[in-house]
Amino acid sequence: MSAAQLTAPAEHGRTYWMLADCWNIVRRGLTHYRRQPVNIAWQLGFPILSVLLYGYVFGSAMTVPGGGDYKDFLMPGMFVMTMAFGFINTATVVVYDSTKGVIDRFRSMPMASSAVVAGRGVTDLVVACAELAIMMLTALAMGWRPDGGWGFLAAFGLLLWLRFALIWIGVWLGLLVPNPEAAGGLFAVAFPLTMISSIFVAPQLMPDWLGWVAAWNPISSTAAAARDLFGTPVGGGDSWVEQHALLMAGVWPLVLTAVFLPLAVRRFQKLSR
Amino acid sequence: MNDGYAVRAEGLEKRYGEKRALDGFDLAVREGTVHGLLGPNGAGKTTAVRILSTLIRLDGGRATVAGLDVTRRAREVRARIGLTGQYAAVDEVLTGRQNLEMFGRLFHLGGERAKARAVELLERFDLADAADKGVGGYSGGMRRRLDLAASMILAPAVLFLDEPTTGLDPRSRGEVWDSVRALVADGTTVLLTTQYLEEADKLASRITVIDQGRAIADDSPDGLKNLVGGDRIEVVVAERSDIPRAVKVVARVAEGEPESDDTELRVHAPVTDRVAALTEVARTLQDEGVRVEDLGLRRPSLDDVFLRLTGHRTEKEAAA
Repeated sequence: MSAAQLTAPAEHGRTYWMLADCWNIVRRGLTHYRRQPVNIAWQLGFPILSVLLYGYVFGSAMTVPGGGDYKDFLMPGMFVMTMAFGFINTATVVVYDSTKGVIDRFRSMPMASSAVVAGRGVTDLVVACAELAIMMLTALAMGWRPDGGWGFLAAFGLLLWLRFALIWIGVWLGLLVPNPEAAGGLFAVAFPLTMISSIFVAPQLMPDWLGWVAAWNPISSTAAAARDLFGTPVGGGDSWVEQHALLMAGVWPLVLTAVFLPLAVRRFQKLSR
Repeated sequence: MNDGYAVRAEGLEKRYGEKRALDGFDLAVREGTVHGLLGPNGAGKTTAVRILSTLIRLDGGRATVAGLDVTRRAREVRARIGLTGQYAAVDEVLTGRQNLEMFGRLFHLGGERAKARAVELLERFDLADAADKGVGGYSGGMRRRLDLAASMILAPAVLFLDEPTTGLDPRSRGEVWDSVRALVADGTTVLLTTQYLEEADKLASRITVIDQGRAIADDSPDGLKNLVGGDRIEVVVAERSDIPRAVKVVARVAEGEPESDDTELRVHAPVTDRVAALTEVARTLQDEGVRVEDLGLRRPSLDDVFLRLTGHRTEKEAAA
């Protein structure tokens, strides 16, 4: 082939290229994991360690209000925590790309710039599916026995829905923080935010004011809804938000997306100022 | 349509709050040339390149690249340019080949042609042996060459090189220079920003000097040097105590007041009749018994040009 043949762009419509660009960014993200499989292990390390610690070390000392197996309470919580921590990964990749100039290179190319962000989001969802699968197999090996069927799929879907909402917080933060080192500090923020929820302990067992905060924590709704849908409804509280976990597990991520998607897009557009 | 100019900027303005990064900046780059954009840190070089490569919007003035308005036809401009920034904007995790294939697909070449183009460019930039190694393990020079290769995927009409050799060792710098010369031989126009005067002198056929957001000079390297004045005679003496005597001797042949440098033991002054001045100074110094370390005629360097035009040296010089 001559240089001219090699370098003449192929002819397709705009939508075709937007999807193709998006797929190529996804492919890049997945190739990263293929080249550095240890990253998946790192990302899953903390949740799996937590399952083992809380399941075996504290497990016997933990009580679930209204009775029930602590494992049934803990496992869906762990899945939610894995999703919740995901925004740190999103932020880390975005801050790395923007500070090293990779995003600038993309923006100087005739590709769809929306694909840079959309591709990141799709990559994160694909990885989230893999993480959930690994976490669930670990849980099954430890004796967790959920119902199969539609409820299971719906729970899986709600977990991904939460992860989807957190992508935008991740992109926004990734474009906000000045360097990759600062992104590392996000863990210190994420950790208490996930602890003050119904992930490890039922809010009824906390001091009143803290229990109230924990119950209204968006990730608590997803955890409670998942426990319901897995057929192991344990540890639910009496407050309005806890009684309407399924509804709120749908609403919270919608609210987060409505707030942070525009913020992330605005931040991205601000790059050209 | 673009009357022989690959890049044209008229009265570019860019403000960040109170600060004017560009304040009526003009630039005209002829097709098929290397044009140097020279200036200290914060002069507006990078801002100018980022506007011309469509990364940031301009606040005033207008600019065309490859005959296309950078604001209204940004997407078409992007299909005709390459950009190599101060940081090597390649993916550190992927291999060199994976990088070029990815960028090729994102340049809309399609899978097969992206592959073929990657092979060709890896060969051309002497990266074939490291093609399947992760970029994280590349040397600085290799990384910069891969970055150049990535900007060359579409064989762009205009290539922006923003300080392409900052932080590279001399050998890697030479490699990058060779690559740039090869690209220009193939018809690419290059706009090169640099703090290294030597680099602009070696590569560029025309140089624009920018300071405080404005072009303060635009000429060939030789033309700029003539701006400062012609040749200078330069004497380096062995003893500091000989400096006053050397100044007196040089003053007799000089066109202006001789300047002296007490730490470098150097005396220099502009001259017109070069050979006569040199012989006269050599003879007189010998007669007076002044011990001379070095004696010669020197063309002004771009450093001198810069100092004359801006009243201050480049950052690199100031730091040294």
